[in-house]
Amino acid sequence: MIRLSIPLRQALARLSLPLLIAVAFGTMLLGKADALLVERARMALADLLTPLWTVVQEPVGAVRRTALEAEALWNMRAENDRLREENERLRRWQDTALALEAENALLRRQLAWIPDPAPRFVTARVVADGGGTYARAVLLALAPNTPIRKGQVALDERGFVGRVTEVGTRSARVLLATDINSRIPVTLEGSRARAIMVGNNTARPRLQHWPEGTVPRDGDRVVTSAEANAFPAGLPIGIVRWPEGGTPEIELFARLDRLDAVRLFDFGLSGILPPEAVARPELRGRR
Amino acid sequence: MKPPIRGRTEPQGGFLRRLDALFRAAFPTLVTILLLVLAVVPMGGPGLLMAVALPSIFFWTIFRPAAMPAPAVFGLGLLHDLLALAPLGVGILVLLVAHGVALRLRDFLVRQSFLVVWMMFCAFAAGSALLSWLLTALLSLQLPPVVPGLHQAAVCAGVYPLLSWLLTRAHRAMQVAEA
Repeated sequence: MIRLSIPLRQALARLSLPLLIAVAFGTMLLGKADALLVERARMALADLLTPLWTVVQEPVGAVRRTALEAEALWNMRAENDRLREENERLRRWQDTALALEAENALLRRQLAWIPDPAPRFVTARVVADGGGTYARAVLLALAPNTPIRKGQVALDERGFVGRVTEVGTRSARVLLATDINSRIPVTLEGSRARAIMVGNNTARPRLQHWPEGTVPRDGDRVVTSAEANAFPAGLPIGIVRWPEGGTPEIELFARLDRLDAVRLFDFGLSGILPPEAVARPELRGRR
Repeated sequence: MKPPIRGRTEPQGGFLRRLDALFRAAFPTLVTILLLVLAVVPMGGPGLLMAVALPSIFFWTIFRPAAMPAPAVFGLGLLHDLLALAPLGVGILVLLVAHGVALRLRDFLVRQSFLVVWMMFCAFAAGSALLSWLLTALLSLQLPPVVPGLHQAAVCAGVYPLLSWLLTRAHRAMQVAEA
């Protein structure tokens, strides 16, 4: 260890804080100038920590499940009533669905309809909250060399969750639909009108840019639109909710506050290019 | 030659002693790193990263400033920014400024009761939330919503008593070991 004289050491100690604050400003500029470097550093760190998070997630998940179980037991009566009522409603829907299915099969036979191929997907476990105060994202643990690309669509068992924005060797980051930077082209199923779903860091993203004349109605079902070739059409997203005197919002089907695992679908679409792909084309063999 | 003190073990050898001191000096930083890494495990609520970093750095800066020097704060800020999807540098600057201000107020704060320190920390949490909101707005060129910032400040202030209770015990144990 280098021995320094006491006054010199004191001077260094006093200087270190302003110096480091200056370096912090430099880091901000670096982060703005080279987004790819920051992304690489983030994913390298996530790759390093993912095994640890996977282990820690087990007991934490067990505690969370127990809490949910207790809550479910507490609400059992109300839940039972709700389910009985819903079951009635679904039974009526089932009859309709069966009739429609038969009719659909009949019509397809007559049209020589070529069905869409079933999309491939991998299921990944959510191990960490990848957001922060002003961002909504999750980190997924992947087996090494899982074929995941940026831009793949993530869904939970109910509906749309988000898109893959960063891919490492053992982990991937999914930007949630609620993030402030999330913009998803959607279709209102009732009127077939196109619109954009804009995240605002709250649980309900806002609906914007619907065509003049077709005002979204409360209760309309919202699905993805194939606009810009970034998503396949018709993935379930949520329901329009229009509070009194407010702006229309979307209540998501997906339960983003309790994500355990998500399915990552590869629809083979590459509509919106990631920013660095414009500057330098992707190398062969690199994801 | 000093007479041996009754009832105490002989001091350890040079290497072990130095290792002990080194570990004690690094303990606050290591624990804060561990807390940061564990804070992102999903527990059903965002914004825990800052709520772990700020109380730890505030506590150690006031009660054991030698163990929380500015370079360590810088490193913790960098880890915070890489773990969160925040613009790089925001966490570093917010934590460094909090560290600097706490260091200035240290002589006053170190003699106060827990309640006064906690009240001061609440002001720190609010100030940090404001600064990080401003920096995020500046770096992303759009106005982020205000509610997550308020939420972050409230969670920070709420986490402090628990964390400070745990860290006080560690601090006391270290003082006993040093005596």
